[in-house]
Amino acid sequence: MEILLLEAASGLGYGVAALGAGIAALAAGIGIGRIGGDAMNAMARQPEAMNDLRANMILMAALVEGAAFFAMVIGLLVIFTK
Amino acid sequence: MRKILFFLVFSLFIIRPSFCAAAEKNQDGFDAGQMIMHHILDSYEWHIADIKGKHITIPLPVIIYSKERGLIFFMSSKFHNPEHIYNGIKIDHGKLTSVNGEKFYDISITKNVLSLFISMVLLLFIFISIGKKYKNNSQRAPGGLQAFLEPIILFVKDDIVRPSIGEKEYSRFLPFLLTMFFFIWINNLLGLIPVFPGGANVTGNIAIPFVLATIILILTNINGKKTYWMHVFAMPGVPKWVLTILTPIEIISVFLKPLVLMIRLFANITAGHIIMLSFFSLIFIFGDLFGNVAGYGVSAMSIAFTIFMTMLELIVAFLQAYVFTLLSAMYFGSAVEEGHH
Repeated sequence: MEILLLEAASGLGYGVAALGAGIAALAAGIGIGRIGGDAMNAMARQPEAMNDLRANMILMAALVEGAAFFAMVIGLLVIFTK
Repeated sequence: MRKILFFLVFSLFIIRPSFCAAAEKNQDGFDAGQMIMHHILDSYEWHIADIKGKHITIPLPVIIYSKERGLIFFMSSKFHNPEHIYNGIKIDHGKLTSVNGEKFYDISITKNVLSLFISMVLLLFIFISIGKKYKNNSQRAPGGLQAFLEPIILFVKDDIVRPSIGEKEYSRFLPFLLTMFFFIWINNLLGLIPVFPGGANVTGNIAIPFVLATIILILTNINGKKTYWMHVFAMPGVPKWVLTILTPIEIISVFLKPLVLMIRLFANITAGHIIMLSFFSLIFIFGDLFGNVAGYGVSAMSIAFTIFMTMLELIVAFLQAYVFTLLSAMYFGSAVEEGHH
């Protein structure tokens, strides 16, 4: 029983790391989705500003992605420092 | 209902170690985690392929400086003996360690260093030849490599550096930012080539983004003008008591900005490599679990996904160079900005 519990505890770290990665991906998905959707909206309203909007959209998406990668790095650290 | 949900979630954690134990028992099976780590980390030899259990590698020089013995130099293929020890030195977890606790500096030419040399030669060759063309016949239309790179150079100049730094000061930072842009881009692309000249994870090694971020930190603060330092230490138009909270935050953010640049580049490139290698590993994982036929079956899907991811990584390679250059240009811009509001 004790061994089983220990194993469960060691598995808990992996599980929570995976859960964290999932939540981070979810949040980044929401963020990038909103950026993309709103940028599309703006482009439809003002097609002449399309180039500016596209550059800013990509930049903002990269910034949000950066936050998601923070979570990924922490998840990796959890796994590799075990 | 909640109890069942809790039980399900918790049982996932209990089941997982038993999978792990099963995987550990199968010693000669395929270990995806180890394969992926081997590919994204630095190493003392350049692994090319395994053919029927034989490793095909390019040995790289190991250079060590210690106080007692001076400079020691030998090829990493010398480690291929039964004890894996040569000259009292062995490789432990990817790092050189001394058998008898001797202290030394490791200045070996590792896989990443060699890859840096390759990208350096490539960059010098491309840009010196282009520069010569501009010097010799500036009136003629660009041709060849020049025609391919001119729009990108102009893109960096007109769309990244000029709007973010400003008309007056941008030409001072342009050479550095162009160099950095092409350095990151070329190294990202070299990392995507699976065989010898590429394949090293240079920009995905935390040391390289760290050095780039340090250069940006130093350059930003050296060029900081009065407005910049005022925004750091005494934000104008803010009540006095708010400054006690705001100033520490601003001081932290001076260091945090380059740190975030570093993490972003490192994590993006490393994640790209991990995802591609994971799709590849699926073939061997399925092959181990359900026999060879399953491996062949999965390989069609796996290769399709890997090609898709490679295409995506080609965009990411450019995008990360773009974002890194744009953000550092913005930091420079905020440093040299004149107060006018």
